[in-house]
Amino acid sequence: MLLQRKDIRTVKHPVWLPAVTSEVLTVEERTGIGEWNYRAAEGKTMSPESDAAWKRRRSERGTDTIMTPSVRLQEMIRVIRSARTQCEERGIIQRECADIRAQFRQGDNGERSHSLAKLLYVHMLGYPAHFGQMECVRLIASTRYSEKRIGYLGAMMLLDEKQDASLLITNSIKNDLSHSSQFVQSLALCTLACMGSAEMCRDLAPEIERLLRASNSYIKKKATLCAVHIIRKVPELGELFTPSARSLLCEKNHGVLHGAIVLITELCERNPDTLGQFRKAVPELVQIMKGLVTSSYSPEHNVAGISDPFLQVRILRLLRILGHKNDTASDAMNDLLAQVATNTDSSKTAGSAVLYETVLTIMDINSESGLRVLAVNILGRFLLNNDRNIRYISMTSLQKIVQTDHNAVQRHRGTIVDCLKDQDSSVKRRALELSLALVSAVNIRSMMKELLIFLSTCPPELRSHTASGIFNAAERYSPSKRWHIDTILHVLTTAGGDVRDETVPNLIQLITTASELHCYTVHKLYRALVKDISQQSLVQVACWCIGEYGDMLLKGECEEITPVQVTEDDVLDALKTVLQSHMSSPATRGFALTATMKLSTRITENVDRIRSIVSIYGSCIDLELQQRAVEYNALFKKYDHMRAAVLERMPVMDKNSPGHTNGDTFAETIKEPDLPKSAEEGFPSEPASQVYDLLGLLGATDTPLQPSPAPICTPPTSTSSADILDLLGELELTSVPKSTVTVYEKNGVSLKLQCDKQTETDVTVTLIASNSSQSDITNFTLQAAVPKSVQLQMKAPSGNVIPAQGLGEVTQTVLLNNPNKVSLKMRVRMSYSNQGTMFQDTVQIDSFPSTAWNCQPSISPL
Amino acid sequence: MLGNVSSVEVRSPRMIRFLLLFSRQGKLRLQKWFTPVSDRDKKKIIRDITHMVLARPPKACNFLQWRDLKVVYRRYASLYFCCGLEQEDNELLTLELLHRYVELLDQYFGNVCELDIIFNFEKAYYILDEFVIGGEMQETSKVSVAKSMEEADSLQETMEEYLNKPTY
Repeated sequence: MLLQRKDIRTVKHPVWLPAVTSEVLTVEERTGIGEWNYRAAEGKTMSPESDAAWKRRRSERGTDTIMTPSVRLQEMIRVIRSARTQCEERGIIQRECADIRAQFRQGDNGERSHSLAKLLYVHMLGYPAHFGQMECVRLIASTRYSEKRIGYLGAMMLLDEKQDASLLITNSIKNDLSHSSQFVQSLALCTLACMGSAEMCRDLAPEIERLLRASNSYIKKKATLCAVHIIRKVPELGELFTPSARSLLCEKNHGVLHGAIVLITELCERNPDTLGQFRKAVPELVQIMKGLVTSSYSPEHNVAGISDPFLQVRILRLLRILGHKNDTASDAMNDLLAQVATNTDSSKTAGSAVLYETVLTIMDINSESGLRVLAVNILGRFLLNNDRNIRYISMTSLQKIVQTDHNAVQRHRGTIVDCLKDQDSSVKRRALELSLALVSAVNIRSMMKELLIFLSTCPPELRSHTASGIFNAAERYSPSKRWHIDTILHVLTTAGGDVRDETVPNLIQLITTASELHCYTVHKLYRALVKDISQQSLVQVACWCIGEYGDMLLKGECEEITPVQVTEDDVLDALKTVLQSHMSSPATRGFALTATMKLSTRITENVDRIRSIVSIYGSCIDLELQQRAVEYNALFKKYDHMRAAVLERMPVMDKNSPGHTNGDTFAETIKEPDLPKSAEEGFPSEPASQVYDLLGLLGATDTPLQPSPAPICTPPTSTSSADILDLLGELELTSVPKSTVTVYEKNGVSLKLQCDKQTETDVTVTLIASNSSQSDITNFTLQAAVPKSVQLQMKAPSGNVIPAQGLGEVTQTVLLNNPNKVSLKMRVRMSYSNQGTMFQDTVQIDSFPSTAWNCQPSISPL
Repeated sequence: MLGNVSSVEVRSPRMIRFLLLFSRQGKLRLQKWFTPVSDRDKKKIIRDITHMVLARPPKACNFLQWRDLKVVYRRYASLYFCCGLEQEDNELLTLELLHRYVELLDQYFGNVCELDIIFNFEKAYYILDEFVIGGEMQETSKVSVAKSMEEADSLQETMEEYLNKPTY
């Protein structure tokens, strides 16, 4: 039997999918979970029971009170599990579901609870089970406990607050909350706390408040957590629970006390007045905590020698909120924290959990400096722990304090860098983030060495993050330009496919400014290009440089690099390979074609070859390439006299000023009231503009919604500002200048709004978010709402991460159609997280004046 | 700035979002969601997380980052117990919480194994509901949960019609 089963088991399904095939009893499933865990340390292995033995063992106690199995349910499970193919399983389930439906239709025959239980099993296998929703509602209203029990379970699994059926159970829950049996009350409480919608919460809040004052601690503990759920759903109901929450602090029962502390934490975080009120309770909390720490052994709450770590952690967390930025409260808890920090045994997980929480509290309140040192030392000790979990925790916490206590964290740099080499990807990720935060002008060379080694070995999912971290660090602290260029090139050679799009223009800008390194760079890039043409970003930069500085490459006189004689044909061969390679993206080909063209004035002999290469692409199916080729052809034929001027070397591009964000440059350009609107497209009108036109290719590398990075598109002269718009491509000039206005500025995040009237009824609103803070903003999302008569269409955002220090931005376009021409209003909600903290804000833009919506919108507080 | 911007700083979140039990073959044995999630998203989350967790080597760190959630998992014999936490929660304590749940299951079933949870899945849910409510732990005592389960079961037993005696 077993053998046969093993054969079937060779079909493995590592992923849980709605429909699974042959589910067979495996040896593993019979291994005791608890047993495995307790005995593993002693080196004993569980011998798995046979199928029959499992049944026998279970049936021996089958008649006792613990088991109330529904036989038919277990039979069904057995039949489903014996199915050998996905198809067979589906067939069985279809039959069962039909049966269940029939049972539901029949109404009350004592079988309903079994049928629902069956359905819940089917649901867990991933099959649709929504037809059971009404049955849940009916069973909840039943008078039998067994039916209520499964009914409530079904409600928690099959209903959620979005379904109408959930409204139907509000009344049943209300009745059951005042039921005479505490277990029925408990079912109602549990369900409300699990799936109660805002509406239900509003209706039932008074009942819950009443239960908070009940005498029964079993009900009280559940009611406190139910209150927590209610406040999360409807924050303004917090006031209702505040008085009873205060009195719950005198409770002795750990469950109730735990719930009360969770409730108070929730209240304090939502309301500053409540927070002030509960600061008076700090001495009480300190007393409770002291009681826990010093209490004699109580087996009921003891975990690995720590007395109720769950409660301890909760109290520490509440103390953290109460002591945050408040001296009096912080003073009152200093001694306690010192006591916990020194006396807690951290050899087991429970103790470490308490210590971890203590450290976070110490770092977050106005604690004494000695205590802070102690806390950082604890983290340092954690960092050396053998247990990966503890090291992970340690780095997570160090990350939180690295901004405030930089030097203290810096002391552990060596250990943290070692963690980069850990086997585990979770630990690696933490170590990477911390290492990036620890890079400074002093240690940049040694840290970068480690980071570059890490980049070459790290798991693929971390590569792009590592690369952008390295770029940021290099830009901030590079000791020399040469070093900076080398570092970026190194990243491009190892992880060229995982870098952000703006890397290429940024690097090109850097290279142009370092004029003394042009020769060195072009040699180095040429070699890299010959070696490998698969890394697109590297190839693009290489092509650009060869085009610009091809003459230096051919001269072959470079001090820093062993000279290699490169012939004109070699260079052209290399570019041709790029042009023809299937690995090259259209943008890369564009770079290569322009480079080839530029070489026509930098070399002497092979101009005809260039001419023929260029003319081939005059019939290329890629439109961009074709256009370029046709234009270059014209340059050869019609305008040969000005070819040299057109293909001159690019002027040095300066970034406007350090710290100037791309977004600002972009917005200011748009704001200029009288942009020259002359058609620069007409090719060629004047030599200078053609040079910029060639730049157009650089712009093409960006995705359409991202504005081209500023450094590249900021030419030194003011007359060329229109070219920037040309490069941006997406932003066509209209007769009315667009207005840009900042509607939000907080936590370093600023949101700009730009509206542009397309027709009488259509308006395009562009939202541009940038980030000037020290850390990346993640999970950035925008939501917009408009009056009902207006249609709103949101385009996809350009991303959900805004890099720190203004190094990038997120744009999102909103199209509004206002057929009735009502006065336009818009509400924008943004949410984002900064270093793990979620923020959510709403701005209302009240009037887009009806005469011209593109005037400056006015903003009103909500 | 043209006007005041009202803003509500969302509290630093710290609750359990969901609990999943799945086997080494990636089969779901129990799922509990403490925030409203659509069925489609649930399936996607389950698929992603089982994938990620099952791909982890043994003795690896028990914590993972998944989108904006911390995932804490632990393997007991053939079953993975896996929790999705919000950013500010304590991962180490969650490991203890998972362990306590296993202890409770073990107490109730007596040397619990995966088959117990498959065939008596509703009991596993009932135990969980006595232990965790709305994403927060409700009972820190090892004894209380078992006691209330026992009482609730006997209440069900006395009300149960005797047609349904188990026959194995």
